[in-house]
Amino acid sequence: MATTETKKIDAKIPQGALAEKWNNYKAHQKLVNPANKRRLDVIVVGTGLAGASAAASLGELGFNVLNFCIQDSPRRAHSIAAQGGINAAKNYQNDGDSVYRLFYDTIKGGDYRAREANVYRLAEVSNSIIDQCVAQGVPFAREYGGLLDNRSFGGAQVSRTFYAKGQTGQQLLLGAYSALSRQVNKGSVKLYTRYEMLDVVLIDGKARGIIARNLVTGKIERFAAHAVVVATGGYGNAFFLSTNAMGSNGSVAVQIYKKGAYFANPCFAQIHPTCIPVHGENQSKLTLMSESLRNDGRIWVPKKKEDAEAIRTGKLKPTQIAEDDRDYYLERRYPAFGNLVPRDVASRAAKERCDAGFGVGSTGLAVYLDFSDAIQRLGRSTVEARYGNLFQMYEKIVDDNPYETPMMIYPAIHYTMGGVWVDYELQTSIPGLYCLGEANFSDHGANRLGASALMQGLADGYFVLPYTIQNYLADEIRTPRFSTDLPEFTEAEKAVSDRIDRLMKIQGKQTVDSLHKKLGLIMWDFVGMGRNKAGLEKALTEIKKIKKEFWSDVFIPGQGDDLNTELEKALRVADFLEIGELMARDALVREESCGGHFREEHQTGEGEALRHDEDFSFVSCWQYAGEDKEPTLLKEELNYEFTKVQQRNYK
Amino acid sequence: MEKTISIHLKIWRQRGPKAKGAFETYHLDHVSTDSSFLEMLDMLNEQLVGSGKEPVVFDHDCREGICGMCSLYINGHPHGPDEDITTCQLHMRKFKDGETITIEPWRSHGFPIIRDLMVDRTAFDKIIQAGGYVSINTGGIPDANAIPISKVKADEAMDAASCIGCGACVAACKNGSAMLFVSAKVSQLALLPQGQVEAARRAKSMVAKMDELGFGNCTNTGACEAECPKNISITNIARLNREFLAAKFQD
Repeated sequence: MATTETKKIDAKIPQGALAEKWNNYKAHQKLVNPANKRRLDVIVVGTGLAGASAAASLGELGFNVLNFCIQDSPRRAHSIAAQGGINAAKNYQNDGDSVYRLFYDTIKGGDYRAREANVYRLAEVSNSIIDQCVAQGVPFAREYGGLLDNRSFGGAQVSRTFYAKGQTGQQLLLGAYSALSRQVNKGSVKLYTRYEMLDVVLIDGKARGIIARNLVTGKIERFAAHAVVVATGGYGNAFFLSTNAMGSNGSVAVQIYKKGAYFANPCFAQIHPTCIPVHGENQSKLTLMSESLRNDGRIWVPKKKEDAEAIRTGKLKPTQIAEDDRDYYLERRYPAFGNLVPRDVASRAAKERCDAGFGVGSTGLAVYLDFSDAIQRLGRSTVEARYGNLFQMYEKIVDDNPYETPMMIYPAIHYTMGGVWVDYELQTSIPGLYCLGEANFSDHGANRLGASALMQGLADGYFVLPYTIQNYLADEIRTPRFSTDLPEFTEAEKAVSDRIDRLMKIQGKQTVDSLHKKLGLIMWDFVGMGRNKAGLEKALTEIKKIKKEFWSDVFIPGQGDDLNTELEKALRVADFLEIGELMARDALVREESCGGHFREEHQTGEGEALRHDEDFSFVSCWQYAGEDKEPTLLKEELNYEFTKVQQRNYK
Repeated sequence: MEKTISIHLKIWRQRGPKAKGAFETYHLDHVSTDSSFLEMLDMLNEQLVGSGKEPVVFDHDCREGICGMCSLYINGHPHGPDEDITTCQLHMRKFKDGETITIEPWRSHGFPIIRDLMVDRTAFDKIIQAGGYVSINTGGIPDANAIPISKVKADEAMDAASCIGCGACVAACKNGSAMLFVSAKVSQLALLPQGQVEAARRAKSMVAKMDELGFGNCTNTGACEAECPKNISITNIARLNREFLAAKFQD
């Protein structure tokens, strides 16, 4: 069992009333004057919403920024694929929204496992994000009067979600990318595309640079700076099949974890209820169908098992099932929120119906998302205007027309709430090393509400980090630029090259993907939607076995010092193996159900998640203890001073 | 029931930008028609790596048609034979059993080949850096609803902004012109009040950068619009020309 230490973890939350904390912080933090900003270098790794907005904003302030991404262009970061929208507490609809209500919904949606102060700040800056994006020329949807339109999303009873068709992430990212491009033109940001960070360099305990691999030449290079910001996204691809992009990975989180940064709540992964079901063994990824579809689509399975069976064997079509023979199970179980319950609740309910034998599709692992009522009520053209691009995407993949027959959907891994531990300033437990966006753990607790990821990424990058990092850099104005010839850089580079050599020399028999798929199956079966003690223990044993196989039998063709896509994947899979283990370990220790973490031993009589606040109202912070040693569990206690912690109820 | 097909592949292989490339042929059995085109290439690469060979290098990432990374020229069409999609959304049900499929990289002066099917599209970033933005800093911004924008204009701007920067327009153009890409960004911002302040300067500097980077001229063949996976309209090129002329008159 994991060793637990009682070392007190300080999140550096400012004093004062909830609504005053961020203003108090800003009023008293240290700042760097314009002349000194030019002398300070900041490395930003990642160009998604968080990374690009941070790099652009730091460049505007006058810092000298080095910005890295693994793709060929910063515009391709996976934030681009977010479909549905971004929340803000504007209350433009006059439906009773406020900063407090957005804060409250987010804390409750996260099943009371997030920090109050962080979430309140997020809700507070949400409004500035919308202003910022509109000023950049982000073409949000508008009403005929010329003002911005909103829609509703899961877990909320107000319409606070701003959107740009089904491509909100794309438009917000292109906004941040345009701001970034402007700074590149000005010379304040230097871009390094097709570069992958492979380690952080510490000097006297502070982050002072990175080691990165040029993915085109395969050469290992060194970069120094006064501070390092990582915004490298989530680790959902540990499951092999997820809605993440193929290149999305958790490697930077693992690298810095091994250098001393805590990894927080690794077991909190979000399973999104509306994804296109798996088609076969050669499937490479899962495609999400935006949660916004649940505004107008109704989820159902047949009421009778024999109907479900007939559908699975192709004898019946869904359109032939009479209205009375359909079970709209979310509307039945959760009348208050209906089809708009939070993601974790909707995913578990789908699994429950399929496990009970009511699933549809050839595999029985699918439920219907039906738009026939919406088309009748609103007309086909309105439905097309709202969701046209999503319907087209569905049809291209599945070869079914969702205007005529219901969509089939099934839950899939989508987002990781867990991640690198950061304090209120978004600083990790390593001084001078910051972590933003999905890569950190901070704001979503055990479950993220829809349209909150874009909000958090941009909040961190535009409006939080550019302030908080100055509180650190103000003490660095006398620190000269570092030479990358220092022994710390040489040592870090050597460790990276040794690791690559070791991988290249294995010359075994299994491909990287085949080993990754093995890991993915274990993760889905035992660390997925339903978890229990025996399963998690089995997962730990199995992952160790796969890890052994990987390090003794993987085959990577080509050279280490050349463009080598198999080596890139291998380096990432090696880290997914570490993350998988950490997720299982964390899930095992957390003997309660909360949000996306469902321990089958801990549920109410009605099958809902059962939290144990007296024992588990804390952030699990895992501290690396060395190769093949069990990591240490540290706890950051969560204190709810301003909200009443209660059982989530969407009924 | 799952249906499978056998296919022949003719794939362009090239070690580097200066190296001589050539087609190589491969054969694949048991390809599920429900697989995507890139999953078919994954199968091929698994087969190659399994027999100790280096995989075919190609760009891909989100695999849901939005990141713009995938960039294959399939049977003479950028992003293949199906309409309004990227390569990653193309499915094998569009091909026949026994068919030979030819796969090439984007071929254009503006996009040098890195390896096999992977090309360098940083020229697109450079064009955006030359002016594809509204020059505002973070913060100090008026309320988002302070300036009403007509829904028609906002929707038009959105359509132009849907460009994913994949480069299919350039690959499709016999002149290797980047006009559709440039015009989409110029149009999006010219249609919105936020972007109008700098509209003239933007059009001029983006066009100048495009010319400098070696992209060809537009001769209105319309191939770019026909092959664009996001249906970006060539009316944007007309708008760019108007913006550009207006900017020249102001000089």
